Order: sequence, then C-alpha cells, then structure tokens
Amino acid sequence: MVTTDSIRRSSARIAQMPSFALSVLWFLIHLVISIFFIVLGIADAVENYLISSGFLKRYDAINVGKLRYLAIVVDSEDAMQINKALKLLQWLTDIGVKHVCLYDSEGVLKKSKEIILERLSCAKLYEEGDEKSVLDSKTMIIEFTSQSDGKEALVRAANLLLKRLRSLGENQEEKIFTEAQMTEALKAVGSGGPEPDLLLVYGPARCHLGFPAWRLRYTEIVHMGPLDSMKYGSLLKSIYNFTLVRQNYGK
Amino acid sequence: MEVESGYGFRQLFSGLGCSFRKFMFSILSVGPIPDHIAFIMDGNRRFAKKQHLVEGDGHRAGYKSLISILNYCYELGVKYITVYAFSIENFKRQPEEVQLLMDLLVEKIEDLLRDGSIVTKYGMRLYFIGNLGLLSGAVRAAAEKAMRATAHNTRAMLLICVAYTSCDEMVHAVQVSCREKVDETRPLWKSELSGVCNGRWVDEGGKNHSDIQMDEGIPIIKTGDVERNMYMSVAPDPNIVIRSSGETRLSNFLLWQTAYSPLYSPAALWPEISLWHLVWVVLDFQRKHSYLQRKRKQS
Repeated sequence: MVTTDSIRRSSARIAQMPSFALSVLWFLIHLVISIFFIVLGIADAVENYLISSGFLKRYDAINVGKLRYLAIVVDSEDAMQINKALKLLQWLTDIGVKHVCLYDSEGVLKKSKEIILERLSCAKLYEEGDEKSVLDSKTMIIEFTSQSDGKEALVRAANLLLKRLRSLGENQEEKIFTEAQMTEALKAVGSGGPEPDLLLVYGPARCHLGFPAWRLRYTEIVHMGPLDSMKYGSLLKSIYNFTLVRQNYGK
Repeated sequence: MEVESGYGFRQLFSGLGCSFRKFMFSILSVGPIPDHIAFIMDGNRRFAKKQHLVEGDGHRAGYKSLISILNYCYELGVKYITVYAFSIENFKRQPEEVQLLMDLLVEKIEDLLRDGSIVTKYGMRLYFIGNLGLLSGAVRAAAEKAMRATAHNTRAMLLICVAYTSCDEMVHAVQVSCREKVDETRPLWKSELSGVCNGRWVDEGGKNHSDIQMDEGIPIIKTGDVERNMYMSVAPDPNIVIRSSGETRLSNFLLWQTAYSPLYSPAALWPEISLWHLVWVVLDFQRKHSYLQRKRKQS
C-alpha cells in the first residue's frame, strides 16, 4: 500500500537520481516537442495552401480598412534577404494594407530603403502627417525604423525636455513631463510615427526586438516564424484574425 | 473513520502530485530556467461571468491562482516575478469595481505579511511598482509597509505593478533624470542667470539667454540614466512575459524592458492558469534560449 512515508522516500530518491538520467529525459521531452512542431508545421502548410488557393471562403473578404497601421519586425540577420522583404511588401500591397512600418534593430532595411522603394512601384516613404492622408487604392506608405528610433530616440526626446526644463524653469515641471509632451518631443526628434494596430514578428521568437516602446501600448503582437519560411496564407490569416479582435483598453 | 480515510487519500494524492511536480522540475532544470517571469493576469472578470460568480469572486479566484503560480515559479528556481495587478487605465472602470480591487489589494497585502505565507516561505522581497501617488492613502500605506517589512529578504522578489503603465514609467524616469542633471549643474546655472523675463532666462543686465547652448560642457541624459530611474530597475529585464486569456498585446506593460522577452498567450483565463501552462512556456523558452541570449548580447 502506498503511504505518505513511501512518497517521502520516493521524493528523496528522485532528488538523488543521477543527472545523466534526467538529461536523457530532458532531451527526450524536447525531441517529442520538436516532432510536435514539425507536425504542426505540416498542418500549417496545408492550411496555407487552402487559404492561398481560396478554398477557405472566410479569408476572401477581409475588412483590411480596420488595419490602419501595420508594423513588421524582422530579425536583422533575416533582413539581409532584401528579396524576401520585397515579396512580403508586395503581398501587403495586394492585400490592400496602406501604412507599413518596417523595423529591424540593426537598421539593415533602413539602409536598403532606396532599393526597396524603387522596386515597389507604388510605395512612398513615410513623412509625418501621412497617417491622416487618404491614399489611392494602390499606394502604400512605408516607414523604416531601427533601434535608433527605440530607446535612443526616447533619450533624445528626454534631452529635448531637459532643454525645455532649463529654459522654462522648475516650476513648469508638471507641465513639461506629461505623456503628451513626450509624444511631441519624440515627433520633434524624428521618431513620432503612429502606434501600429498589429505587429508581425518574423524571427525565431515572439518578441519585439526593441521596436519603439512608446508606440506599442495596445499593439497586437503576432509571431510569424522566420522570414525564410514566410507564407501568404499565414499573413492573410493574421490580418483576418486581427480584424476580429475587440479591446477594452483597460476598462 | 471515513472522514479520516478521506483525509488520508487527499494527503496521498497531494503528496504524489508534489513528488511528480518536483520530478518534472528536476528534468526542466537540466536546461536554462528563466530568472524573471512577468505575468499579465487577464481574465478574472470573464471567469466570474463564466462561473456565474459575483464579480469580486473572480478577482479572489485570480489571487488563489497567483499564489499557486508563485509557488510553482519559486520552486522551479525563478528568482524574480512581476505581476500586472492594476493599470492606471483601470482607474477608468466603475468606481465600485475600483474600490473592490483596492480593498482586495489591502486585504491580500496583509495576508502576505502573515507568518507562514508564501513571503516567509521563500524569503521574498515585495516591491510595489508604479505611480503610487495615484493610490489612496490606505493602499499606499499598506504597500509601503509591505516593502519595509520585506526589505531584508534576498532569496526571491515579487514585483507587483499597481497604478502602473509603461508610458507613465518612462515619463517618470525621464523626469527624474532631468532633475538629476539640473541638480548636477545648479551652481553653474544660478551664477550665470538671474531670473525669468517673459518666459526666457535673462542675466542681471537683462540679456536674453534662451539661445545659449545650455548643454555645452553640461552633462546630458544618457540611456543608462533613464534605465536607472525606471521603477523596474530593481530587477533585471524579464526573460518571459505570460498573458492569460489568449490576448496578444502588452497593454502598456514593461514595453521598455521586453525587447528580448518572448510573449506567451495561453488561452486559459487567469484563474484557470495551471502548472502545465508554466511547464510548456519554460520548455519553449529553453528551445529559444540561445537565440535570445545572442540577441541580448548584441544589443
């Protein structure tokens, strides 16, 4: 009969289990998980084929107008594949996305912006105020950002507020240090783009890799996998799922 | 007799469960264990609705879930845990709900400080992170008392974000950094300029100095200054963020600190979150660990 004493003895034995046996078990668990992800990958590929070929009717009419501003985060190593980035942007143009912010921390895409804008026939570079402009059906506005638009930009904005504090005086402190003033300061230092509604991460993990923090408050963050294996169907599905989301904004 | 044997069986199953969990954690510990996990505890109200409970009971169920998860995390060897308990945006909710949450917070702070609580079990230091000035006197006093009472604890840390948003934290860090720089250069400043005229700094002769490059030779704010003045500077950046209820956004939580922190969104509502969600997240974190380490080093 199993008693509490025997359970305590088993716990003690577990604690002494040779680390080699635990390592083998850990390796086996990770092997099973890898196999699971391979099977999931095959299922995703099938679903992608069905979406791309138009078999799944619900993806035919996406209310893309709800997606006012899309951000794409790419791992900087993947961003070297400019052709992949161009293909992705072309897909987004076909879907009807109007405003895109491309981010990679090292600024690889930013350095290639002339090539990208040249190769996409209907794209133009983002300028402040563009988020309010009405565009024709084919034009897409693209903003290029990197880590200099993230923490570094906030620090530049902080120095601008410091200048204001020095010039206006400490009794104005409460008026200078507000979120609205910070937003203005970020615009003044050239990093004042709008908040994306949706952020797609192309890389091994679902993290924003330093995308400007000030602009991420209520952004839906979706992981798309590595840029190498990007699929049109996944992109369409992510945008479709976004159009179904309802936010409370804390209320 | 039946009551005694029933109690015996419960102890047995509880003991078996505990042994199995320790066994699981021994296996997990072969790989890297996250130092810091952050939780967005979403779904208490939906849970109350789903279970046909009074709204306050959803938050109480959420608290029980929090204690379970804290136990699992600290047992696994996670040293820092951050929880998003109350956002500044949550003040926009109905006043009755806000009051209920504040009363629950005070009640649970007192529970945590009792002997035999999880705080004493794990030698946990409590931090209340956020704009505490927005809280009522009673809540702020309870929070400050808890921070003082646990200040000597060093084994683990629980950071409770209350009256917090990331944007507010960033503005506050910038404000403190600015004040530091002004204080550093105050003797120089006052000797050169005497007063304000029409909103511009002037010297004794009335000469306007607004166009002087005030940062020439004067320290400017650097990234390290802002980071040092963040509320969250007491802990390293989180390795993982877990948001319950399947939502895929950070909702103004740790936006500065999560550049390399993968976000996980299990569909379970917060009171339904279980050990298995945690185990799954840690296993996936282990698969991505070398990539995330590389990215952190490069940044």
